[in-house]
Amino acid sequence: MRFTLKSAAAALALTTALAVPASAELTGTLRIFFNDQNPAPKEAMEGMVERFQAMHPDLNIELTLIDREANKTQIRNYLTANAPDVNGWYAGNRMRPYVNAGLFEDVSDLWDGPMGAELASTRPALTLDGKQWGVPYSYYQWGIYYRQDIFEELGLSVPATWEEEKANCQVILDSGRKCYTIGTRFLWTAGGWFDYLNLRTHGYDFHMALTAGEVEWTDDRVRETFANWRELLDMGAFIDDHTAYTWQEAQPFLVNGEAAAYLMGNFLVAPLREAGLTDDQLGFYQFPEITPGIPMAEDAPTDTLHIPAQARNKEAARAFLQYVASAENQTIVNEVLGQLPINRNASVADDKFIQAGFEMLSNATGGIAQFFDRDTDAEMASAGMEGFQEFMVMPDNLDAILTRLERVRQRIIAQ
Amino acid sequence: MSAIPDADQRSWWRRNQMRAAPWLFLAPGIAFFAVYVILPIFQSFQISFYRWDGLGEARYIGLVNYRELLDDPAFYTSLRNNVKWLLLYLLAIPGGLFIALFLNQQVRGIRLYKSLFFFPFVISQVVVGLVFAWFYNPAIGLFNPLIGLFGLSPMNVLGNPNTVTYGIIAAGLWPQVAYCMILYLTGLNAVDPEQVEAARLDGAKGWRMLWYVILPQLRPATFIAVVVTVIGALRSFDMISVMTNGGPFGSSRVLAYYMFEVSLSEYGFRMGYGAAIAVVLFLIMMVYIAFFLWRMWREERGA
Repeated sequence: MRFTLKSAAAALALTTALAVPASAELTGTLRIFFNDQNPAPKEAMEGMVERFQAMHPDLNIELTLIDREANKTQIRNYLTANAPDVNGWYAGNRMRPYVNAGLFEDVSDLWDGPMGAELASTRPALTLDGKQWGVPYSYYQWGIYYRQDIFEELGLSVPATWEEEKANCQVILDSGRKCYTIGTRFLWTAGGWFDYLNLRTHGYDFHMALTAGEVEWTDDRVRETFANWRELLDMGAFIDDHTAYTWQEAQPFLVNGEAAAYLMGNFLVAPLREAGLTDDQLGFYQFPEITPGIPMAEDAPTDTLHIPAQARNKEAARAFLQYVASAENQTIVNEVLGQLPINRNASVADDKFIQAGFEMLSNATGGIAQFFDRDTDAEMASAGMEGFQEFMVMPDNLDAILTRLERVRQRIIAQ
Repeated sequence: MSAIPDADQRSWWRRNQMRAAPWLFLAPGIAFFAVYVILPIFQSFQISFYRWDGLGEARYIGLVNYRELLDDPAFYTSLRNNVKWLLLYLLAIPGGLFIALFLNQQVRGIRLYKSLFFFPFVISQVVVGLVFAWFYNPAIGLFNPLIGLFGLSPMNVLGNPNTVTYGIIAAGLWPQVAYCMILYLTGLNAVDPEQVEAARLDGAKGWRMLWYVILPQLRPATFIAVVVTVIGALRSFDMISVMTNGGPFGSSRVLAYYMFEVSLSEYGFRMGYGAAIAVVLFLIMMVYIAFFLWRMWREERGA
């Protein structure tokens, strides 16, 4: 008896949830596995849960915070056994293995509602096989973070073209500094450089075709991208010994003024402020144009929440995702995170870098890429970023690297 | 409470107790060994014939994984590094022997010195790896100032494909030498003082004493030291994972790490390929283990 009543209520709630989510009576337990333990994301997530709890006092919410790196391997276990009701992951091709294995719930029904229009900018990133598989709560821009004070001291202005970028770099090098700091020990930082060089040299469509495995790595256009990269390498633009550093260990070079800029995501700002750089010292500019006339496209990785296919309380999970997507929640959460909301009705925090990112991404007419390791197949990502690192150290190995990458691509296609 | 009809039947347990007891005691061990060691070995062989991402359906592809392995430069890099590990790691044995000989004396506080030398083996490999990673760090590490004292120019040990493996092996040797030292210290306790005395009367000393009198008596210790060192070298994984993640661009990988990377790491979804690597590593270890078992058996028969 109880059972039938409950399922009837569930069916009723499902139909009404789309229209009036807050009024649905949610009961039972909602288990959430969130993939970040850092202070800001933790605070943001706990805030979301608290507000959602206040709306649904009868719901028992269990929040588990998992380390960002650990989650990348643990997800395979918890999606197949003892799945939570909501879990954190990433947009783009990074969802592919779990979508293919039928481990993510299709949430297209949520996107069909008004939410879809509000989140329209990231719909492509959450879509695989014509369906949506999760809901984004935040994204952030990538770009060049630079030392304004050093630029002023050397009389440099923010570059808009590749020629200006290189001219600036030469002046910086002549002053005894390096142009860019980078730590490639964990490879992905080199992926950021490749993304931008390729996006600026050949544009969004080519980049997406390449990362989707539709273009040969030995293609001449790929070589052109690497040729541009090589110009910087030959100048000695990057700090020495970058293979030994993580992205955090590369920060002191910028803080101490031994390097003038850092190509990175907006999450770089918080640690740099903590290290003592003021907003007068630290600036941000968009990666400059390389091939004239190509619409500017940007990297803006999107952080997402998903419902595992084996979740037990999907009704509550859907209601939660809807709340996560709402303008009100995205405004608060991204204020805490220091990132950008995706909901177009949300307001953007009053912060120099977030405002700059918002403006840049709003005008990203070329398109928005996720990031090299989220746009490509996992195996290609690992081989690719390893190749980029090798290229940065031994640019003469380019032919061997590209041949190797092409072989990986061929094998992935053959599957 | 009926009478027992047959005395013989009642005493089955009594009759067979002596034979059954050892098996009963062994049973839990055998069961766990079979389920967690023997069975996975055969599973690895099986998986290596499949293409499987660990989530979806596994597809039988025969020997494709092995054929690909033969064509994979990363596999050869790993294999080469394994050989380097195997050869250089053996330095731990003479290293441990000489420290043991040095510490095998009766002076005040010798126990303290012994514990200090043994210390690196007590702390976790992960900690050793971390400490050495900081030590080598070109920006903040002590290594570069240290070699600077000898007029050498700064090096990026862990970031340079030519030096990285040696850098990690050096870190790995630190605890391994300590382990061999302990083995030899206990071995030295068992050296017969009368034989040493006799040798001394016959005029043996220094190297000749070591080579002809002491070392033969340390053979059991040497045997164990070689076994644990070779196995330690072949399964070297934690240091590499902590210090370099196999980098820069894969040049410090060994087979064990490469297997982990392709099948279980962040971008690894190729269980079949990983299993194929595991099988190759297993076969290499088998050759070595079989050789030692054979030698042991021969010696026991000779004795």
